[in-house]
Amino acid sequence: MTGPPPLLAVRDLTVELLDGQPVVSDVSLTLDAGQTLGLVGESGSGKTTLALALLGYARPGMRIASGEVEIAGQHIALGDERAARAMRGRLVSLVPQDPSTNLNPALRIGAAINDIVREHRPSDAGDAIVYDVLGRVRLPAERRFARRFPHQLSGGQKQRVLIASALVCEPPLIVLDEPTTGLDVVTQARILEEVERLHRDREVAMIYVSHDIAVISQVADQVAVLYGGLVVEHGATDDVLSRPRHPYTRGLVSSVPDHTQPRRMQGIPGVAVGLDELRRGCPFMPRCEQRVDRCASEMPRLSLLDGRHVRCFEARLTPPPERGELRVPNVTSEHDILLAVEHLTAVHRDGRHTTVAACDVTFSVPRGACVALVGESGSGKTTIARAIAGLHPPRSGRILLDGAELVPRAQKRSRELRRRCQIIFQDPYESLNPRRRIRDEVARPARLLRGLSKTEARTEVAQLLEQVRLPAHLADAFPAELSGGERQRVAIARALAAQPDLLVCDEITSALDVSVQAAVVEVLADLRSRLSLSMLFITHNLGVVAAIADYVLILDHGVICERGPVEQVFNHPQSERAIELLAAAPTLRVAA
Amino acid sequence: MRGLRFLGTGRGRVGFAILAFVVAVALFGPFFAPHDPADILGAPGSGPSSSFPLGTDYLGHDVLSRVLWGGRSVLWLSLAATALSFVLGMAVGGVAGYSRSFVDPILMRLVDVVLSFPPLLLFILVVTSVGTSSLILILSIAVILSPGIARIVYSATREVSVRGYTEAAVTRGEGASAILLREIFPNILGPLIANLGLTVTFSVLLVASVTFLGLGVQPPNANWALMISENRDILSINVWSTLAPAAMIALLTVGVNTVGDAVSHALGLPQRRAITTVGGIEELITPAELV
Amino acid sequence: MSATAPAGSEVPVEAPSPEARAPHPLRRFLIRRVAQGLVTLLVASVVVFLATSAIPGSPATAILGRNANPQAVAEINHHLGFDKPIVDRYLSWLGDALRGNLGNSSVDIAQGATSAPIWPIIRSPLADTTTLALVTVILLIPLSLVLGVWSGLKAGRWQDHVISTVTLVLISMPEFVIGSLLIAILFVASHLLPPVSLISPGVFPLLHPNILVMPVLTLLAVSVAWTVRLVRVGTIEVLRTDYVQMARLHGIRERKVLRRYVLRNALAPSVQIFALSIQYLFGGVIITETVFNYPGIGSQLVNAATSHDNTEVQAITLILATIYILINIVADLLVMVLVPKLRSSS
Repeated sequence: MTGPPPLLAVRDLTVELLDGQPVVSDVSLTLDAGQTLGLVGESGSGKTTLALALLGYARPGMRIASGEVEIAGQHIALGDERAARAMRGRLVSLVPQDPSTNLNPALRIGAAINDIVREHRPSDAGDAIVYDVLGRVRLPAERRFARRFPHQLSGGQKQRVLIASALVCEPPLIVLDEPTTGLDVVTQARILEEVERLHRDREVAMIYVSHDIAVISQVADQVAVLYGGLVVEHGATDDVLSRPRHPYTRGLVSSVPDHTQPRRMQGIPGVAVGLDELRRGCPFMPRCEQRVDRCASEMPRLSLLDGRHVRCFEARLTPPPERGELRVPNVTSEHDILLAVEHLTAVHRDGRHTTVAACDVTFSVPRGACVALVGESGSGKTTIARAIAGLHPPRSGRILLDGAELVPRAQKRSRELRRRCQIIFQDPYESLNPRRRIRDEVARPARLLRGLSKTEARTEVAQLLEQVRLPAHLADAFPAELSGGERQRVAIARALAAQPDLLVCDEITSALDVSVQAAVVEVLADLRSRLSLSMLFITHNLGVVAAIADYVLILDHGVICERGPVEQVFNHPQSERAIELLAAAPTLRVAA
Repeated sequence: MRGLRFLGTGRGRVGFAILAFVVAVALFGPFFAPHDPADILGAPGSGPSSSFPLGTDYLGHDVLSRVLWGGRSVLWLSLAATALSFVLGMAVGGVAGYSRSFVDPILMRLVDVVLSFPPLLLFILVVTSVGTSSLILILSIAVILSPGIARIVYSATREVSVRGYTEAAVTRGEGASAILLREIFPNILGPLIANLGLTVTFSVLLVASVTFLGLGVQPPNANWALMISENRDILSINVWSTLAPAAMIALLTVGVNTVGDAVSHALGLPQRRAITTVGGIEELITPAELV
Repeated sequence: MSATAPAGSEVPVEAPSPEARAPHPLRRFLIRRVAQGLVTLLVASVVVFLATSAIPGSPATAILGRNANPQAVAEINHHLGFDKPIVDRYLSWLGDALRGNLGNSSVDIAQGATSAPIWPIIRSPLADTTTLALVTVILLIPLSLVLGVWSGLKAGRWQDHVISTVTLVLISMPEFVIGSLLIAILFVASHLLPPVSLISPGVFPLLHPNILVMPVLTLLAVSVAWTVRLVRVGTIEVLRTDYVQMARLHGIRERKVLRRYVLRNALAPSVQIFALSIQYLFGGVIITETVFNYPGIGSQLVNAATSHDNTEVQAITLILATIYILINIVADLLVMVLVPKLRSSS
């Protein structure tokens, strides 16, 4: 091959746990100067481990077992920490995931950046270089700012400081590990913009690690998909994402919600493989719909197909991604109101500070409809949900369920009203009592709110688990044995056990992987149509809104700034906030 | 039970062996004592001999018999104080942690007041005016120990009461006692167990210390701590009169603490150390220590 | 991509940084904390008073015995002011104490003295105890910091195992056991040091360092063990943080990482840790002084308690409780000063 050698060459990189279990296996990649490679994977795929290995670093408990990493012609020392350290910052640097824990709380940010400069460019150390790099990431390039401590910065500012730290020694390659996770959508968009600008202006090569395919589609020239520590598909972004050849990639693409092209989300059946469950054959085999016998005993190798590398024996048979039509909701009428919220004002008291979370909010949920409540963190949407559920007494206003007033505290409401309105929470790891078996947890609302006997409840539990597509034997399990997505479905089953009319879902998929999220949303949509449930769905993800909701309300600092049918609001937003949110939300950009 | 895994570690096994030995001596020692511990049988302060394997004490009692008898009061007093402190601490900490009303700050300020005293001081204070007895000992020590438990139960309860499953119970309309019993209590056991070992150790240390000072069990009762203070003057004449009971107390506390430490480590529990600053920085949380 | 930030703007519009909101948080905390401390002191004084004076008749009965002549009892009670209503007694006691008058020793009064002021009795023991405590603390701080950090850095290895085990054993043992063992080893077995720390009142202890050695060693044994464990755990925690890992990922060499990233943050909770240790010393001092007959305020207190000298116990307890609470307040303030982050969250 003629032309300059690639900037980055990774050959057969393998990272293992100390006992030999592989975390990342036989990864080979190349990247040219100025290009961006997206590394896609869900939790447990090994993507962060791989990103760290590119810097010659293995977390405690792991080691880099074999392989080579070559950047700009130099080999990164993979076993020798001291030698590797001399190369970091200068040849390759990392922008980590969580800005709140990756900055030394005892150092002013200017001093911290100078520490890095002193290590690799000692003659350049000083104020000038700090101000320069701060300016490059659009932070105030002045002494007062450089003297701040990390706790005096916002999340977005901290992330920019981390980007600045990665840039300051001008390495030819930067690895970014999910740099926008945990930031709100608008800040995410800004950081992304920053990243793209730096990429364009300085010809820095980047490796962008993310679980968010939509973001990858905007940022990366090439993409590599990781599953179970292996690269399962690798090629140009447009090729791979528009016409994936590996069943897992296909599953991922089908799971991505997109507010510009609303469609049914299709999850991937089964559960992500754990580190200790990896077997001899293809790691995706247990969940694959096109598997053959060979897949269980033999590991496929990466082979060229359709202009990209795929690791699958049956890659030719992979169908195009699902673009299922949305279900038609059976909303009887916009005027048949189930839930009416009137002039609701709710506040948060935190010591001496009182913040208004919701201000004079009025809206309604028609019977059988799904209303989405959208906004950033701090917009008040969770407070409203909790007020409806009876957990947060409002300062003023009324909430009516089918005309009957819901008193502020849940314990004081009638049994019937408590039964008819059920809430599901965000964190799957805290929504189930760890000391109770699934069947007891799910049965509880049925026994308490519908007066079922123990045996009656048992049969109900079996039915409910089936409705949320969980295997019946999980009834005997404890929550610790279930994955996040499974727990969230159990929480749904528990809510359904009361046979409610209204389901309040408070960001129930925000903590889940994309494919798991898709599965949960699918289950909900299915249940909604079968049981004629009404839903109040709280989220910040516009794609999910497009997939499941009929109406949407956009909240900004406690005030509803726009409302209407989903299609209307998304295609013709009127308020400034709505426009901002819609523009900032990432969408899957691929050539059709 | 997962907690029993501690027996797999070296430290756990050694600690358990030590503890088992001391408890056995304390409980069953009296059956093996060659003489009555209150009988004056020999010349005071004589060294070990065939009739008195550990010699005699400052009055002429057989040291061995007194050692075999001396563990019971130490053990039962400290266990009773620990049990009572847990009851008190859980009641106060649980109620304060769960209720979001005015009860919360009042109870916790009360806890702070008790914590603002050096432990021994409080005890001395009480004893000066009402004298001493087993009941007073147990009550006072329980009061001294309970704020630590209350703090831990308080913060654990607050943490659990905002979890999804507890709030789900609230929206279902379950009553406060049902929620405390079914949702909260089973899920705060972790920190409680982690602190059990430490609390029993403190309890033994306090019981022993006050007895040593002469403010606890009185002569002629046989009690390890009392023996140490009684025989200080004849230390150079018959060192066993002091060394034997000292060794027993040391083994007891080391055993309890080692086992407690190993159990919390086996359960992977962080050991919370409630800072005793009044209304100041709340907790210094220390993670489970590496082996 | 969207043009969310207008061209030309330097600073993206984001949430205002936390610092901007609260003016003078340190001063506000200071005032609040001192006020809290004073309230606690007040409540403590009530507790001290109630515990020793609320039971009618008991001081005199305790001193003279149950079968004492009732007239003698009444006379002493009158002399000690016990026949006045309790609130008056409390207020006058508190008022006196604030003015420096700590009352008269009940025992001495009961035995016929017309006045037996307490302050002169306790002045010298208080000084002796302070010397003991200061010597201990001066040795405690560097010793435990060095051992604690070192053991944390060597976590999991044999050096750490040894320190963990030794400290675990030491914190389990009561001071009087340790003291007795020390006497057994250093006196009985080897006659190296005197078994009791007898000095005449008024003599400055440091002039006779022999008598300080064993009490200090006893106090150090347990307090160093406690402190080392806390410092060790703090160090391990810091070693596991993301920002230490990040510093290594930036290529900063290990020595610098240890110095600026690990040590600086591991030592941050030290003030709280030492405050805890000093508080512990209060109890330890009482026991240790008794073991070695060291003429400090601890043994004075125990003597007063066993002879049921209410007023003396009251006075000493009040002084000790006050010092205890003051140390708490100072420690909290020091932490606030040294750790800027806490100011915005309080």
